[in-house]
Amino acid sequence: MDLVVQRPEGLYCPPGDFWIDPWRPVDRAVITHAHADHARRGHGHYLAAAPAEGVLRERLGEITLQPLAYGEAVEHRGVRISLHPAGHVLGSAQVRIEHGGQVWVASGDYFVSGAGDDNRTCAPFEPVRCDCFITESTFGLPIYRWRPQREVFADIDAWWRANAAAGRASVLMGYSFGKAQRILAGVDASIGPILVHGAVEPLNEAYRAAGVALPATRLATEVKDRAVLARALVVAPPAVAGSAWLKRFGEMSDAFASGWMQLRGARRRQGVDRGFVLSDHADWPGLQRAIAATGASRVIVTHGYEAVMVRWLAEQGLQAGSFSTEYGDEEPA
Amino acid sequence: MKRFASLFAELDASTATHSKLAALQRYYAEAPAADAAWATYFLAGGKPRQTVPTAALRALAAQRAGIAEWLFEECYQAVGDLAETIAHVLPAPARRSELGLAQWVQERLLPLRGAEPATQAAQLLAWWDELDAPERFLLVKLIGGGFRVGVSKLLVQRALAAHAGLDAKLVAQRMMGYTDAQARPDEAAFAALIAPAGEGRMAQGQPYPFFLAHALDVPREDFDARLGSPADWLVEWKYDGIRAQIVRREGACWIWSRGEELVTERFPEIVEAAQSLPDGSVLDGEIVAWKDGALAPFQRLQHRIGRKSLTKKILADAPVAFIAYDLLEAHGEDLRERPQHERRSLLEAVLQGTPLQFSPQVAGESWDALATAREQSRERRVEGFMLKHRDARYGSGRTKADGTWWKWKIEPLSVDAVLVYAQAGHGRRASVYTDYTFAVWSRAPRDAAEAQAVLDAIERREPAQPGALQLVTFAKAYSGLSDAEFREVDRVIRQTTIEKFGPVRSVRPSLVFELGFEGIARSPRHKSGIAVRFPRMLRIRADKPLHEADTLQTLEALLGVA
Repeated sequence: MDLVVQRPEGLYCPPGDFWIDPWRPVDRAVITHAHADHARRGHGHYLAAAPAEGVLRERLGEITLQPLAYGEAVEHRGVRISLHPAGHVLGSAQVRIEHGGQVWVASGDYFVSGAGDDNRTCAPFEPVRCDCFITESTFGLPIYRWRPQREVFADIDAWWRANAAAGRASVLMGYSFGKAQRILAGVDASIGPILVHGAVEPLNEAYRAAGVALPATRLATEVKDRAVLARALVVAPPAVAGSAWLKRFGEMSDAFASGWMQLRGARRRQGVDRGFVLSDHADWPGLQRAIAATGASRVIVTHGYEAVMVRWLAEQGLQAGSFSTEYGDEEPA
Repeated sequence: MKRFASLFAELDASTATHSKLAALQRYYAEAPAADAAWATYFLAGGKPRQTVPTAALRALAAQRAGIAEWLFEECYQAVGDLAETIAHVLPAPARRSELGLAQWVQERLLPLRGAEPATQAAQLLAWWDELDAPERFLLVKLIGGGFRVGVSKLLVQRALAAHAGLDAKLVAQRMMGYTDAQARPDEAAFAALIAPAGEGRMAQGQPYPFFLAHALDVPREDFDARLGSPADWLVEWKYDGIRAQIVRREGACWIWSRGEELVTERFPEIVEAAQSLPDGSVLDGEIVAWKDGALAPFQRLQHRIGRKSLTKKILADAPVAFIAYDLLEAHGEDLRERPQHERRSLLEAVLQGTPLQFSPQVAGESWDALATAREQSRERRVEGFMLKHRDARYGSGRTKADGTWWKWKIEPLSVDAVLVYAQAGHGRRASVYTDYTFAVWSRAPRDAAEAQAVLDAIERREPAQPGALQLVTFAKAYSGLSDAEFREVDRVIRQTTIEKFGPVRSVRPSLVFELGFEGIARSPRHKSGIAVRFPRMLRIRADKPLHEADTLQTLEALLGVA
């Protein structure tokens, strides 16, 4: 029996009668992580990894949430459920489901890089052996190969340093949950002051509360001193692009941090001075490595380049298929 | 290569002219002259012939990446650029090359041409393994002859002029021919570009930088206010040909195209006619298709340009003529600072007694009278008028600093057509659907319901019955919309996709566009039997219901006009 199937409400586990990251209201939902396309309002009960609790409550408000430590298991209707780090954002988890001698794992979004990097702002991805692996495929094309993070951060630092020397603010846009904290944890904070947008700071607090070390940050709106602004790194969500909020910085250089910045066309469409290739998703070699490490003989691809990934996996001798999901529509990458 | 790659990255990342200029100047200050010589060549538009066939590049990259060709193709569709696709699919390099650009080009790329395929493959694999992704991208661009970057030749000239403390016009003149496909720029060539004024002797056949015209964007009713009296302007027909300069010096003759290509050998009849010019003459004008004492359709000229060798038959079938409209040098003297009307008189004088013709002036009492005369453009096989101010000096490039030349072109022919297929664009437009195929109705639908029935059948993927009402494709277009409009159309295409054929999508027709084009002719190669020239989108006709789009009969009627 398939332990996970596709239903109009989302991915469903028939023997356990629960859903994984459903996009319509259901009774029981296992949530892989707190990004908006995976964690939605309106479910009866939520099960999520313990480190995700703060962010989930911050984003979804009053919910009935059962936090579960990584690696611990619960039994529900004879199905054994445990959560394992996915390395995507704080509290992100893969869902391991065991029933009738079979093990299935649904990955949610995860970060594994071919360059061997880990996401240092959350528990790193942990391969889980299984019979069937349900994988994301956001960057499921061989053109997506991430450079080592230290090189990317060296580029960001150099850009910031040059701007500070020229007396202009460095506005770096990235999604406020996950990407912003990756940036903060990775840059050289000795270069200058670090300011953040109001949407970013509550997430910083949640990370700090979970024990993740981040450099000191101030709200950009509270700083009026031109001399400070002119040397600052400003971390803000992509929504500020072209908005009046940016006017306060006067002369500035803008940049965007995302896996999509790998391609010249995407960089140019974004219309910013710099595009830094920094993703919270696995690159092509990372996806291959993660899939191989599960030992799964069957792989189901959710969102991304599904058709490509399915064909490729089939050519590698795996039983491959896909689920059509509503993930990734407004996906930060 | 590293330095050139980082210059390219800076130029590519920025849209601001001043920062591009600064990046270029920094490069010139640091780069060895031999590297700068080649960088200037590439940046100013020089393209060496392709050294390795595209298919071989694709196959080799896929092999090195360990992926099947179908997967490489998927990657290419996502990226929209072959060189960039190759740069990214390859694994990280094992080592790094410290070779400069000049060595890369002279010692590696140029000798690659004509080498055995096996040798080429071995070399490429070795080189790819010593370059990072941005450098590989450049390498493949240089090999494939597809290098382009967002700087104009004018900007390169400005940067060089600032670097060397020279007038940009002097640099521009010295740079004529620098980017010829056969050129092999070296330290000496670069030194000649930036030598102090008065030194760096001009090569014998050196032409002048072309002065380029601007499209006249003034509403007709504002002509008097904005342009003044027609008496202040020289009015000439705008020819549909190849802009060229004839340089006649020391008993020899050179013909340069606007692309700065030396095309002397392609036009023996013009060389013959130019023999009677006095030494030290430089003419600016247009090479046109010319038969039986009159202009012939541009297509004939095109046909002739496409031929590798000039046979007697081609010379007889597609004769050409040179119509002169400016005189840049007479008796060895540079006339470009003289006013237009004076150059014009001198031109007429110098052409007397030669078989070369000059472009006649069109007299008009008023702009109204000229507008009426302009109506004859299509039957005369010209594109409208050129307006040149009497006092204009001959500038360099697309500048208005020295006076103005206006192109007052006739309105394009246009029809309202239906978008039926879409394909993603390339480069900046990769993964956005920007290249469209358009159709007209085979006859006018009786009403909206009849048109709707055709659309329903398309959606059910039923082939049209012969003779029944249907949409007939006739043109492809990919320009004319703003980025915002392209995004909107892209959204509609994704929502209305019926089928995907590789990179192409068929859609349930829902959008009508006003499509403009310059010419129309019968063509057995097109399903509609009609081919249009320079089709582009003039606007989206959101106001126009689908069943009111134009028909094959509309196109047939235009055949008569054009």
